[in-house]
Amino acid sequence: MEKKATRYGYSEALIEMGATNKNIVVLDADLSRSTSSELFKKKFPERFFNVGIAEQNLLGLAAGLSLTGKIPFASTYSIFASGRAWEQLRTTICYSNLNVKIGGSHGGILTGPDGASHQALEEFALTRILPNLTVFVPCDFFEAKKATLAAAEMKGPVYIRLGREPVPVLTTPETKFISGEGLLMKEGQDVTIIACGSLVAESLQAALLLEKENIKARVINIHSLKPLDEKIIIQAARETKAIVTAEEHQIYGGLGSAVSEVVVKNYPVPLEMIGVNDTFGTSGAPEELMRFFHLKDIDIVAAAKKVLARKG
Amino acid sequence: MEIAQLKDQAKKIRQDIIKMLGAAGSGHPGGSLSATDLMTALFFNILRQQPQAPRWPGRDRFILSKGHCAPVLYACLAELGYFPLEQLLTLRKLGSCLQGHPSCQDLAGVEVSTGSLGMGLSVATGIALGAKLDQSDVRVYCLVGDGELQEGQIWEAAMSAGHYRLDNLCCIVDNNDLQIDGRIKDVMNVYPIVDKFKAFGWQTIEIEGHDFKQILEAYATAAKTKEKPTAIIARTVKGKGVSFMEDREEWHGKAPNKELTAQALKELE
Ligand SMILES: Cc1ncc(C[n+]2csc(CCOP(=O)(O)OP(=O)(O)O)c2C)c(N)n1
Ligand SMILES: [Mg+2]
Repeated sequence: MEKKATRYGYSEALIEMGATNKNIVVLDADLSRSTSSELFKKKFPERFFNVGIAEQNLLGLAAGLSLTGKIPFASTYSIFASGRAWEQLRTTICYSNLNVKIGGSHGGILTGPDGASHQALEEFALTRILPNLTVFVPCDFFEAKKATLAAAEMKGPVYIRLGREPVPVLTTPETKFISGEGLLMKEGQDVTIIACGSLVAESLQAALLLEKENIKARVINIHSLKPLDEKIIIQAARETKAIVTAEEHQIYGGLGSAVSEVVVKNYPVPLEMIGVNDTFGTSGAPEELMRFFHLKDIDIVAAAKKVLARKG
Repeated sequence: MEIAQLKDQAKKIRQDIIKMLGAAGSGHPGGSLSATDLMTALFFNILRQQPQAPRWPGRDRFILSKGHCAPVLYACLAELGYFPLEQLLTLRKLGSCLQGHPSCQDLAGVEVSTGSLGMGLSVATGIALGAKLDQSDVRVYCLVGDGELQEGQIWEAAMSAGHYRLDNLCCIVDNNDLQIDGRIKDVMNVYPIVDKFKAFGWQTIEIEGHDFKQILEAYATAAKTKEKPTAIIARTVKGKGVSFMEDREEWHGKAPNKELTAQALKELE
């Protein structure tokens, strides 16, 4: 399967929009090569601002630019965008409901050998609790591109979680992308796997493995963590009566928590969560870390069997 | 150590850095090599430490605020006997105590975990304050990058260290004039560095960061100075010692392949 990093979907969208919309401006904080925002800089140097290693200022400047009618896209590693500058995100941007877009690259454990300091495993929790903020977690290159295009079309703050490593391309340029709507990737009636980001590919793999054992798993891709598609989740709970969530993030506060909130309130069913279990990341090769932290297809399969046993 | 010995030691450290990065396949050679002479002088001549008892309370403290330059810290610690030299080759590998950025929970000799730039000088200032409260003669050293100086927290720390007149604190600025996206003045001009520290009440010393005589004199002056923290602004060359890496921004965060590792090691013989 073809693989491509989501961060490049982000920059491709920026360049496309930059050509037709003079209000698109891009900012970075000394990571323009890594986030790939330098591709925008090369085309539109006058609309690109490198603020240096100063992420709080990055979001502050973006806020100011939005107040002059620009559509700023602030790019840096997601640990700094969602962590270092969190209060700027909260109070300046979200509380004021400013039209600022944030591209957080190098999210998750796949960031690899840099280790825990650089592996953002908290950003879903940190962003989804903020009123007014839309949070996109694209699963592949095309979804990242569409999320970025959609972000520019919307009014208000948007956070896009991007990754460093190439991940399988699962959707096509034609696949629909609508904020707040989950995407049914595979039909199934026995159990539902609800995933986001890089774990969507693992979940599809898991569904294939389960099929060999005659277990039909539904797979739902939540590219829009906020607003969350409650309807598709409640329907899955009703129809399959067992749910597994899967994310490249801490279990606490992430997709699993978000889905649980919906399920418990509306149609309680057994639920198992795949994610990093309350530990920091560590250095290692990206794929090796996915195995180490039990984020692989086989781990999802095990969780599906566990939840099926609970379903009875 | 005499200066001739320090030079030899620094050469070994540079070799260690290249070997470990070559084995890791990723990491940051540029800023590790630019800081090597400053770090060698500090670790081998200045810091009062006990490698066999890394938690000895009387030790001088060192904080690597620019945590991406972990290789130079690890090499110094290993050369001093904190852990076996062979372990250097586990850098950035799963299960290693040599994390991509220094982790104090994984390695004795690391005082606090770093890797997110701009945070270390505040911690160093806090340790210096604590030492004053204890009336201890512990000294605190903190290495920062010049790009790192763009973080606001650095100047909040500088303000507080000046305010509390922490003469037991010394900040070393590795002024290699490069960050990831290019020259400091082109990305986000943080110059003049000296005037900024002065304005916050610091003593400043400007030196050539690859001249051991100047380095040792600067550390000595810092130790003698009363009522003021000291900032040593050291002009350095990023990638120093490996010709193809010197002053090249592309060697900020990239490991040499097998062939270039061999070539670099040859230059460092
Ligand atoms: C808060 C934060 N922002 C961004 C980064 C990514 N980063 C790692 S090294 C670096 C450049 C550092 O430049 P400088 O401080 O001059 O270090 P040196 O030249 O000594 O390597 C950046 C932006 C980081 N580690 N932490
Ligand atoms: Mg520098």
